[in-house]
Amino acid sequence: MKLQGKRVTLHDMSLRDGMHPKRHQITLDQMIAVATGLDGARVPLVEVTHGDGLGGSSINYGFPAHTDEEYLRAVVPKLGFTKVSALLLPGIGTVDHLRMAADCGVATIRVATHCTEADVSQQHIGLAKKLGLDTVGFLMMAHMIPPEQILVQAKLMESYGANCIYITDSAGWMLPDDVTARVALFRAELAPSTEIGFHGHHNLSMGVANSLAAVEAGATRIDGSVAGLGAGAGNTPLEVFAAVLDRMGAVTGVDLYKIMDVAEDIVVPLMDHPIRIDRDALILGYAGVYSSFLLFAKRWGEKYGVASRDILVELGRRKTIGGQEDMIEDVALDIAKQQRTR
Amino acid sequence: MKIRAAIIGSGNIGTDLVIKARRSETIDPVWLVGIDPASDGLRRARELGLKTTHEGVDGLLPHVEKDGIRIAFDATSAHAHAETSRKLTRKGVLVIDLTPAALGPYCIPPVNLKDHVGKREMDVNMVSCGGQATIPMVAAVSRVQPVEYAEIVATVASKSIGPGTRQNIDEFTRTTAAAVASIGGAKKGKAIIIVNPAEPPLMMRDTIHCLTEGEPKVEAITRSVHEMIEEVQKYVPGYTLKNGPVFDGRRVTTFVEVQGLGDYLPKYAGNLDIMTAAALRTAEMFAQEIAQGTFVLAPKLD
Repeated sequence: MKLQGKRVTLHDMSLRDGMHPKRHQITLDQMIAVATGLDGARVPLVEVTHGDGLGGSSINYGFPAHTDEEYLRAVVPKLGFTKVSALLLPGIGTVDHLRMAADCGVATIRVATHCTEADVSQQHIGLAKKLGLDTVGFLMMAHMIPPEQILVQAKLMESYGANCIYITDSAGWMLPDDVTARVALFRAELAPSTEIGFHGHHNLSMGVANSLAAVEAGATRIDGSVAGLGAGAGNTPLEVFAAVLDRMGAVTGVDLYKIMDVAEDIVVPLMDHPIRIDRDALILGYAGVYSSFLLFAKRWGEKYGVASRDILVELGRRKTIGGQEDMIEDVALDIAKQQRTR
Repeated sequence: MKIRAAIIGSGNIGTDLVIKARRSETIDPVWLVGIDPASDGLRRARELGLKTTHEGVDGLLPHVEKDGIRIAFDATSAHAHAETSRKLTRKGVLVIDLTPAALGPYCIPPVNLKDHVGKREMDVNMVSCGGQATIPMVAAVSRVQPVEYAEIVATVASKSIGPGTRQNIDEFTRTTAAAVASIGGAKKGKAIIIVNPAEPPLMMRDTIHCLTEGEPKVEAITRSVHEMIEEVQKYVPGYTLKNGPVFDGRRVTTFVEVQGLGDYLPKYAGNLDIMTAAALRTAEMFAQEIAQGTFVLAPKLD
């Protein structure tokens, strides 16, 4: 694989996707410490919001320690080099949240939909572009449909005004060939000015390998998370990926020693549990289930006396998608009923 | 004597409403109004003997008096509603709004239909499919004890929602959240919508979370929830309690499924059915008032 001289923009997820394993309880001081650390390491972009994006504060996904606005107003003014992005899932957040985030000074808005439902994002992508923001379309659970079908959705987001389209492996299910097929088709068919991004989860330990495949096929933005802090078995560990890219001669502009130190000295100590591929995280990747279901499956499994792995497999069988956290308790109740009648 | 009605919008909702209204004992659907001459809904309506136009509400207006149209259902979009409503109410037509525009007062039949009697409102709003499916459950809790916060998650099959709903997804969440509070009886409301593309399409599912003030009264709430399910089943037979009510601290959660009748879209589209069935039930109540002479429709002046 030849990546010599390729430029890659690294985008850190620890303060957004990383909110999932922290049950959205990261404090303002912790956010500032991580973000300023990443600023010192010259990571170009960090995402800051509730784990489920702007407006995600809920019974369904969890109430955060602070509002999106409190987090953004705390972090944005502290950064020099690093810019801040905010995630928005139409159906959860609205353009009102988007305007608030823009007012807080975010540079990038990422509008996320399930991979087949891009047409719910028109209002939000349109507004972000109108506000002059770096506007990203984020197609989640991208493993669920073949490359030709997801291309149609990418073109919709491009037509609404997105200047970058992401292939988002929310379940950590993809293998490098799956990534290559999708990114290469996007690169061939989208406008040359449209950037392509890849967001991985490490449930099958493929975060780094998949991200390399994405870069080779033409992606220029890669999501990862410092120390891997993210849903499921975490995101692509950003400091590891930065080191690999450095070895291969690709250009990220990131200070490797400094990002390593952020991982080790700031992020690892704030973890509630080690981010690793336990059997439930492995099942997410193996069965193609949304990564942030992990802790909910453990919680409801414990409460109702059901194996969390059985809950996750059933959620996969029911073809649940991102956002359907309510179905985790429902499935646990169903399985518990079946166990009683057996 | 049946009250004659027009249906504006020939998409999924309007066409389903045509089929349901034809079975009504008090409403006679006379017109279906669209904007696309090739619309499947307009073709179906013509086959069923309705008058149709593809020139939007302006194509209907010249016929309102002559055809004795007293009630119109607006199944277009939130953006189009204000103009449509103005044109129709000026001619003394009562408008039942199925868009999330929410200009008029909200109506969730098993919760507040009776409140609309005698009010002579010319434009009432049906909130949203998610609102119709969930607000009765919020009300079932709030009529037992105060609800500090209610949150609903509506999951619908991708195939069951058309371009109007997709473009108006923010209006859906805002309007539904507002009605969860004002009609459901929660101090604060939130709404989440998920569009799931699974094949075969999944039935509409709704999860209703309430946080009660103080410890929830388990027995009274459970009884109230079951009674409310039966109320909704009177007009949506496929409305069922899948799980719950679950009590977890102050959280009370019910899980419901909404199976449609399969009139226009297949049975998975319970979201469509609960909206059209609720709108029809509302129109029938007004039709009764109009027929009895207790509600005299008069042109609404700007």
